[in-house]
Amino acid sequence: MAQPHAPAPLKEGLIHEPASEHGGGFPPFESSTFVAQTLWLALSFGLLYYLMSKIALPQIAGILHDRQARLSGDLDQAARAKSEADGARDTYERALKDAQDKAKGIAQATREQLASEAETRRKSLEADLATKLAEAEGQIRSRTATAMGSVREVAADAATAIVERLTGHAPDRSAVEAAYDRTRPQTAH
Amino acid sequence: MAVKMDPIHQFELKPLVSFGHIGHQNIAFTQSALYMFLAVGLIALLTIWATRSRAVVPGRAQSLAEVFYEFIGQTVHQSAGHGSERFVPLVFSLFMFVLLLNLFGMIPYAFAVTSHIIVTFMLALVVILTVVIYGFMAHGTHFLGLFVPPGVPGWLKPLIVVIEVVSFISRPISLSVRLFANMLAGHIALKIFAGFVPALLAAGVWGILSPLPLALSVAVTALEMLVAVLQAYVFATLTSIYLSDALHPGH
Repeated sequence: MAQPHAPAPLKEGLIHEPASEHGGGFPPFESSTFVAQTLWLALSFGLLYYLMSKIALPQIAGILHDRQARLSGDLDQAARAKSEADGARDTYERALKDAQDKAKGIAQATREQLASEAETRRKSLEADLATKLAEAEGQIRSRTATAMGSVREVAADAATAIVERLTGHAPDRSAVEAAYDRTRPQTAH
Repeated sequence: MAVKMDPIHQFELKPLVSFGHIGHQNIAFTQSALYMFLAVGLIALLTIWATRSRAVVPGRAQSLAEVFYEFIGQTVHQSAGHGSERFVPLVFSLFMFVLLLNLFGMIPYAFAVTSHIIVTFMLALVVILTVVIYGFMAHGTHFLGLFVPPGVPGWLKPLIVVIEVVSFISRPISLSVRLFANMLAGHIALKIFAGFVPALLAAGVWGILSPLPLALSVAVTALEMLVAVLQAYVFATLTSIYLSDALHPGH
């Protein structure tokens, strides 16, 4: 095929060849094959339609339906489990809150009880101390009175002795005491 | 060389088993018929054998079968609406059959069954006969309301009815010619571009240009793959739309 001109065989192929190859006809329009093609098409497509409509598609539809049912079942189950878990969490939180409230209440009550106990103890102690103080004050007062009484006697004795030494004779005891009382009327008792 | 360059040769039917002639008709089991049954076998393999385990978690083949089924189911439902479930097996069979036959045509040396007008026309006839028969069975004479769109003024009605009838009759023709012409033209284009490669190589110094038609035929092959799938989808979608008329003729 050493032709100098390339398109030559192409032209020959396009125009001349079909005439000798298949009697001038264009195969798709060769009406002598129509009946046979229709026959085989009817048989094969009929078989295909039968297989698809009776076996294949019901089977695939069944698979898809089963899967859908299983998925929705699983989803329902998951939703149920979730709501159960939510319920459990709510219960737990409520119990926790109750326990916290109770603990707070107990702590509060204990604190109040302790405070009141301390208060009463403090009050009783104070009362005790007040009594003791009053007692001590009474004691001091009585002792002071006793001591002041003693002072009067000592002063009278001393005055009598001084007067006796100076004058040579003992003064009247009641007169000395009266004189003492006159000088210190406010400390007489 | 000359035989290889013939872009029409690939559409020739080759009898494998001949049953002789009935009148003018040549009755033979051809490679075309073989591919038809091969397609049926492959589809059955995919949709029956691959799904036999009915697995909840599907394998690859079962997934593929499910995807096809759901895709066609959705297409039919969207186009034909309520009550269209009964036609899913028909549209599914048509889609898978046309898809497989188109894709078989893309295998080198294989034969494109859908490049014969009689095959596509018969498939389109199945669709139109289904529409007409189901339409009359389900709606009686009300089905004829299909040709009288509502809201048309009275004086315009005769004209509209004629147009509607012509458009209805042209449906099987357009449905079959669309598929047939796409496959035929694609395979001819592919053959011609591929044929340039050896022609240029044989033409001495012109052989330097041979990568150009080679690249082009690779691109056309990719395009034809797309066309093969797209035409099967178009066939299925149009079938669904026509079936919608049988289901809801009042629009």
